[in-house]
Formats: sequence, structure tokens, C-alpha cells
Amino acid sequence: MEWLNAVVQGTLLGGLYALFAAGLSLIFGIMRLVNIAHGDLIVLGAYLGLVVTTSTGLHPLLALAFVVPAMALIGYALQRGLLNQTLGDDLLPPLLVTFGLSVILQNGLLEVFTADPQKISAGALETASISAGGLSLGILPVLTFAIAIAVIWGLQWTFYHTALGRAFRAVSDNQDIAQLMGLNRRHIFGLAMALALGVTAIAGVLLGIRTSFDPSIGSGRLIFGFEAVIIGGLGNLWGTLVGGVILGVAQTIGAKFDPGWQILAGHVAFLVILAIRPNGLFPRVSA
Amino acid sequence: MTSLLTLDGLCKAYGAVKVADELSYDVTTGDALGVIGPNGAGKTSMFNLITGTVSPDSGTVTFAGQNVTGWSAAKRSHFGIARSFQVPQPFSNMTVFENAMVAATQSAGLYGREAEALCLDVLEKTELLSKANTPAGGLTLLGRKRLELTRALCAKPKLLLLDEIAGGLTEGECQSLVQTIKDIHASGVTIIWIEHVVHALLAVVDRLIVIDFGRKIAEGEPKAIMESPEVKEIYLGIEADA
Repeated sequence: MEWLNAVVQGTLLGGLYALFAAGLSLIFGIMRLVNIAHGDLIVLGAYLGLVVTTSTGLHPLLALAFVVPAMALIGYALQRGLLNQTLGDDLLPPLLVTFGLSVILQNGLLEVFTADPQKISAGALETASISAGGLSLGILPVLTFAIAIAVIWGLQWTFYHTALGRAFRAVSDNQDIAQLMGLNRRHIFGLAMALALGVTAIAGVLLGIRTSFDPSIGSGRLIFGFEAVIIGGLGNLWGTLVGGVILGVAQTIGAKFDPGWQILAGHVAFLVILAIRPNGLFPRVSA
Repeated sequence: MTSLLTLDGLCKAYGAVKVADELSYDVTTGDALGVIGPNGAGKTSMFNLITGTVSPDSGTVTFAGQNVTGWSAAKRSHFGIARSFQVPQPFSNMTVFENAMVAATQSAGLYGREAEALCLDVLEKTELLSKANTPAGGLTLLGRKRLELTRALCAKPKLLLLDEIAGGLTEGECQSLVQTIKDIHASGVTIIWIEHVVHALLAVVDRLIVIDFGRKIAEGEPKAIMESPEVKEIYLGIEADA
């Protein structure tokens, strides 16, 4: 039962990792941009959630109504104002610029919020649980997992059933031709980053409710996100969810052996999968 | 009839290679203009200058009464310029229908049902309706060429630029494509068509220009142009190379 419990808790944790990863996957898929600052943007989302909840007294889930649009706006501005200028045939400039952005974000947050660990208070939601089949499931992890599924389903639906989704896929497929079809690449990339940071905002707030955070934890979240994306296979959002779950389960099972092995077990699972399936479990088959 | 497109003194050089050299001509609404010239003469570069993927070193492009020289390709596309490519470049991970929808929603600016209706209508004209749900990457060469045409038409263009769309097709395929293009022209779309398959070209166009080294070296009624000594020399040269 204890092992089953570890698997179930790990699966639910995987939902959070999938949310970390979805924005990363989206951005790489559409514009081949590896966003090193993604983890720090998750932390920024958590701090925005903290500010909104403490200043208005709103429940953090309601605060999302402010944090998500705010992060989306930041995303659009960031893409149009900075990141679009770095995109080209060379992968290195966006890598370096987002690395710099990561340093700036971390230090900016440190300046404003200090290094003290913070937590977003969500009242009863933090500790509420239900029992199912002898297992005790926290409402928050279950909710997080459900949100992850809803977000990924929503992103998939957007991709395959809307004009915006077609625009994303067209630009991802062939930027030059897309321009000739009337698509303004810079604007489309801006919208993609807005969407990605909207998802990041959700991930950040849920992270902030779940654990305490400080300005330095971004890089760890970035690694989890990367690992989930790569385990699942690039360009496949459902694969990203599976990747998150595998990572989460590996961590909770590792922790069962020894609490110190939690993070290590996740990385080992990642390395094993990378060795066996270098393209991830479900790479998008390209025609 | 009013002038739809005017090129005035367009120049573009890559290093010492001139792909457009004082290129000027005028296309009237409803025209079908054919463009011939040897490989590397600057024909495709001329299309790049008209669509806005390349900006000229000097000279102007005027379209529908507006100086569009400084406009982006996307903006020109909204304004009614569409093209097909010599080497078809579909969005290969998307279906034929989705390819068409990108042009209809983004370039022509249509929404929902209206966009879908236009795409279905065009797909029927270009004989791709039965392939609508096929991934574009899986089409045959003729299918890809037809998809180039489909996408261009779903943009609801005032001016349609065709780049060697008949090249590489069998005689039968070529004839059916020519008929489709004739119908498109008859429906009122102005066409500029670059083509090496001269008989296909002559079946549609009512005026020809000849380009060599980025310069316009002849312009006029198709029969007369094909008989002219410059063209004979160029085309005999091409025949010898092939």
C-alpha cells in the first residue's frame, strides 16, 4: 500500500511538473526558442500570486484571474520587445539572452522580495484531503493534476481547432511561407509567449501554494520542466504530461528508499529514458 | 482599365550579381502576363521583390495605387498579392484543408464558416477536394502544385504570381492545370506567370516579357516575342543546355 501510495502521489506531482513543462514545450515547438528563464518566470508567477493574494485577500485560485493575464501581457511584451530580436538561424543568441534574463529576474526578485522563503496561503485547501481506496489524497495535488489535464487539453484544442492554432503550426512549419500567407511572425510569436506565460502563471501559483519558494528556486523548476518535455518527446503535449508523471513517480519512489534520493531518482529516470529513447517516449512524427 | 501593379526602376544586386536591373513594367487589372528568361535571369527574384520577402536596393513597387515598397510581406498579402512557389512548400505537418484555411483566415482575413466555404470552393476548383484531409506532406508533385495554387487562391488575391507551376508535370497533368489557371483568370484574377513550359504559358497569357540578367529585354504580344531573335537565341541556348 505504501508503494501504491508513492506511485499515486508521484503521479499527482507529475501534474505540476507537466504544468512547468507545457510552456517550455509550447515555446520550443513554435519558435525553436529554448527559454532558460522559464523557471524564473514560474517563480515570478508565484510572487505575483503572493502579491495579489496578500494585497486583496483573494483566494489564490481566484487570484489567477489577475496573475494569468498579467503574465500573458509580460510574455507578449517580452517577446516583441526582446526575444524576437534574438531569433534566427542560430540557437545561441536566444539561449544567452534568456540566460541573462534568468539572472536579472532572480536578482530583481531578490531585491524586491528578499531571500526569505514565502508561501501563498490557500487556507483549508492546503491540507484538505479525501480518502479513496485506503489512500489519502490531498485535494490540492488532485486539483493540480486536473488543472494540468485541462490546460494540456485546452492547448491541444487551440492548436488543432482554432485559427490561432493553425497560425502557430504554420509559423512553426515554415516561417517564410507563413509570412506570405499574411501571418505576422512577430505578433504570432508574441501571442505564443503570452499563452506560454499564462500557463506558467498557473504553474507558479500552484507551486507557491504547494511549497515555500524563494527567488533562487527557478533553475530547479527549469530542470524538472526540461526533463518532463524530453521524456515525453519534443512537440507532444500529452507526452509532456506522461513525462511529468514519470518524473514525479520516480521522485516519490526514490524518496521511499531514502528521502535524500528523491531528486536524484528523478534525474536517474530521465537519464535512463534518454539512453534508451533519445527522442523521448512519444516524439512527434514529422512527415 | 487601371494599372494594378507598377514596377519602376527596381534594382537589386547580391554582390556583383544583379538580379534586378532597372526593371520596370506595368500590369493592368485583368491582365495575364507571362515571364520568360533563362535560369538565373532574376525571374523568381522579381517575385520576391513584388511579394516583399526581399527589398530592392532602389526603385519602387506600386500596387493598387499604393506605394508598397516598404511594406512587409504579410501586409502585402493582406492587400491582395499571393504567390505559388516553383518548389512547392506546403505546411507539411498540416492537412490540405488546414493549409488552405491558413491563407483564408490570415491573408484574406475571413472567419469561421465563411473561410471554410471559400476553402471548399477553391479546393473543388483546384481538384483537391478529395484530398482535403490528407497531410500536405503526403501529396504527389501535382498535388503539391495544386496546393500551392489553392493556398494562393484562398488568400483572395487581386494579383496571383505563379512560379513555374507547370514544371515537372506530365503532359496530361499540365493540360488540366492550364485549364484550372484559365478559369481562375477568367474569374477576374490578374496573373503574372513565370514558366519554362512555353506552350502552357501561351495558352493563358496575353502579353509576354523576357528577362535576362535582371533586365527586361523584350515585352509585347506573345507570338511576336517568341519569334524575336533575342528570345530565339536565349531559348536555343536553353535547349542546348538541356
